[in-house]
Amino acid sequence: MLEWQFFLLLMSNGVLIGLMYSLIALGFVLVYKATDAINFAQGEFVMTAGFVMAVALTVYGAPLWVGVAIGVAGMVGLGFGLERVMLRPLIGRPIVAVIMATIGLAAVLRGAWPLLFGAETRSLPLPISDEPIILGPLFIPPIQLLGAVVSLLFLAVFGWFFLKSRKGIAMRAVADSQQVAMAMGINVERYFGLAWAMTGVVSALGGLVWGNLLGVDVHLALVGFKVFPVVILGGLDSIPGAIVGGLIVGIVENVAAGYLDPLVGGGTKDFAPYVLMIIALMVRPYGIFGKQIIERI
Amino acid sequence: MIHRECGVLKTSYEADMALYPLPIARWTVAAIAVVMFLVLPLAVHEYYLSIVNLISIAVVGALGLNILVGYTGQISIGHGAFMSVGAYTAANLVVRLDFPFWLALPLGGLMAALVGAVVGSPSLRIKGLYLAIATLAGQLIIEWLINHVTWISGGAQATIQVPRPELFGHTISTQFEMYFFLLFFVVLALVGTMNLVRSRVGRAFIAIRDHDIAAEIIGINIFRYKLLAFAISSFYAGVTGVLYTYYLGIANYEQFQITVSIDYLAMIIIGGLGSILGSVFGAIFVTLLPIAIRLVMEAFGGLFFSQQAVLNFIPNLRLILFGLLIIVFLVVEPEGLNRLWRNIRNYFRVWPFAY
Repeated sequence: MLEWQFFLLLMSNGVLIGLMYSLIALGFVLVYKATDAINFAQGEFVMTAGFVMAVALTVYGAPLWVGVAIGVAGMVGLGFGLERVMLRPLIGRPIVAVIMATIGLAAVLRGAWPLLFGAETRSLPLPISDEPIILGPLFIPPIQLLGAVVSLLFLAVFGWFFLKSRKGIAMRAVADSQQVAMAMGINVERYFGLAWAMTGVVSALGGLVWGNLLGVDVHLALVGFKVFPVVILGGLDSIPGAIVGGLIVGIVENVAAGYLDPLVGGGTKDFAPYVLMIIALMVRPYGIFGKQIIERI
Repeated sequence: MIHRECGVLKTSYEADMALYPLPIARWTVAAIAVVMFLVLPLAVHEYYLSIVNLISIAVVGALGLNILVGYTGQISIGHGAFMSVGAYTAANLVVRLDFPFWLALPLGGLMAALVGAVVGSPSLRIKGLYLAIATLAGQLIIEWLINHVTWISGGAQATIQVPRPELFGHTISTQFEMYFFLLFFVVLALVGTMNLVRSRVGRAFIAIRDHDIAAEIIGINIFRYKLLAFAISSFYAGVTGVLYTYYLGIANYEQFQITVSIDYLAMIIIGGLGSILGSVFGAIFVTLLPIAIRLVMEAFGGLFFSQQAVLNFIPNLRLILFGLLIIVFLVVEPEGLNRLWRNIRNYFRVWPFAY
């Protein structure tokens, strides 16, 4: 294969995978933007959705739309429930508390689903072909294309939601200052719940595409580790940042894996995004699109 | 009853600033010392002694992490990696350069302190979540490096065998000897931490935790003290890693993965942030939890499920209980086991009167 064709292949793969990362990062950004809470269990959310849908589709033989509906409904319920039981009591507490609570949640979810549904890897069948679409030098697996399209769709919808809709503007007000939002008559707690429910929807779709790509078992949650470089590069509270960060991470890890893996013996994919992230933290800690926080006493 | 101040009259500053200001507290500490040094090692079976040894190692690590998270208010999800830095430094020094254990231990700690300060250096510009993610990156990168760079990890499976530590020509090999060996470090770590947090440095840490900008304004050099907190905390972590390596007899990166970082964070949260006694409680609790779950499941699990199913349950059940405990403590009792202990103590302080 020619050198430029190889590079182009890596790039196209990176773009598609990157957009799929953006989808997961979007769930993280939504919660952070509205509630200032940090979700270290984002990967486990995706895994949960994957488990629910895979069990509904393969064990109970539900039609696809029913399975997806169950997954989305379950994740919305999980989001609302968690906000009410776990995160609301932690409002106003040090940031370590929220981080640790979601780490605890991640442990619970990682233990619960294999216990209930079995630890074996399940497939999550979707009615699309496995044959890659060949465009000149590019091989595009249809599931990655679907993931990228879903991701862009969600990003557009949420972009519109935050810019134009009444609820979105209210949510931005809540994010800006909870006290002022309350004074303007916004029910802050309801919007917290809404933000977690929205994350649930995003995670459900993330679980669908990633579950199909990787298979559904505990390791699906590892996708969550890719969220951090994406959101740090893009900025924690920025929806366009989630796309840009996802694209950067996807391209960098694919190109790095393509050229460096033969030299160091594998594993560059998990390593390169974090090195990039450390550099970003040193140079521009609030990301490309993130809002810089100015502190006063 | 233990902590009755009634009738205790302090007549000098020394008496007021003593580590244990009450006579009864000194007696309690003396009694605990007798139990730990004489009764426990002589009366307890070797298996239980090995559990106590694991707790001892965890206490050192939990104290170190509590200095950083509980006292300075920074966060680190990279302590597992700092432990591995200490462990591999000591193992390499001992195996390749024939360093004695007593030199390799502090050098391992110092190396970990250096790496910890480097990983913690973003804390000067960023805080909270960003810092958590930066240390998480540190954990993953160090893990990857140790696993892939054979110069550090000694080739196959990234394990290095270390010889048993020696003391005056005597080799420490049994659990019984290991117990005293580790207890020495626990006492050292406990006294060191107690004195650290009431010194100038410790007070600076606490000021930074409570409000870093305000601390800077009253003249605390944040740059120096944040890095110092990371270095001291990582030093403890490095020593923990070395001790664990010597306890197991091999340095193995699988013992220092991200789950270890989370275990230690759980210890200090369940035990109590910013509390020395809490670190000890947390270390005991988190170390005993999987053992307790295994014993209970082996004893009673067979009544409901097949033997094979029970074995499959245990690791998942451990994860679930572990996560639930973290959440419950954070939501219901944010000051941890230490707070529960203080409540009991305060109740008996004026007993049998109400106040």
